[in-house]
Amino acid sequence: MSQHIHTLQCNQLLGNLSEFIDGELQAELCAELEQHLEGCDNCRIVVNTLRKTIELYKQTNEPIELPHAVRDRLYSKLNQDLYWNKI
Amino acid sequence: MNETITNISLEVLKTGDREAFARLVDETSGHIYNLALRILGNPQDAEDALQETYIKAFRALPDFEGRSSLKTWLYRIAVNEALMLVRRRKPDAISVEEPDLDEDAESKGMEIVDWCCLPEGELLSSESRRFLDQAVSHLSTGLRTVFVMRDLEGLSVQETAEALNVSESVVKTRLLRARLALRQELSVYYGGRMQEMRHR
Repeated sequence: MSQHIHTLQCNQLLGNLSEFIDGELQAELCAELEQHLEGCDNCRIVVNTLRKTIELYKQTNEPIELPHAVRDRLYSKLNQDLYWNKI
Repeated sequence: MNETITNISLEVLKTGDREAFARLVDETSGHIYNLALRILGNPQDAEDALQETYIKAFRALPDFEGRSSLKTWLYRIAVNEALMLVRRRKPDAISVEEPDLDEDAESKGMEIVDWCCLPEGELLSSESRRFLDQAVSHLSTGLRTVFVMRDLEGLSVQETAEALNVSESVVKTRLLRARLALRQELSVYYGGRMQEMRHR
């Protein structure tokens, strides 16, 4: 495991990392950063592990269905609070 | 709740029509519950936030002006309810203002280890899954909320900003900080796993 010392271009990548990963960066800047990645192993590792981090969270956080019991209690609460007593 | 809420007339909802409101609840409550559960990390708290969200939404609907979409408006109520619960449980744990991104601080101690090559079984083992949950719980509430809304619920930067009542640049800054903090924790963890595997 090593620590990464940032040069100017590395910092430029770091500042635009989210947009770069989300594919929301202007084409020109994107091409410039891709070129930087070709020659900078450390930045490439940061980009790849950041992508993987987001991917792992998406994989392990599939939306769960509202449990039946929670749904029943929600409607019961709404009926009680909204429909009969307080509105 | 990537898609827009469809086939429910806002005008009808605003009149207090209970059937239309029940359809709105059916269509959106799963997403609201997921959001609350991920911010709060506790099913009972998530259920409390869910109930309060729809009670408040029903009461506030007649005054809804449509400046944001119904979906964003619901998210805003839900996030406020969740954050209120966090404040009630741990009054010192939440700061409304997150400090600005300090790139030097962010990059200090940035772990460089390429753990992407680890086998899927290792990346997604039950121990790793527990670690992933733990790492999210270490984020400040402000960063966790943005991460959940953007990366897990799939809201756009604009929708997240509207729901949280902050600027888009604040959302972008918090998202980057959250992602980098998680990457850092995972790099230390998986780096350790790689070393253990090498010594087996």
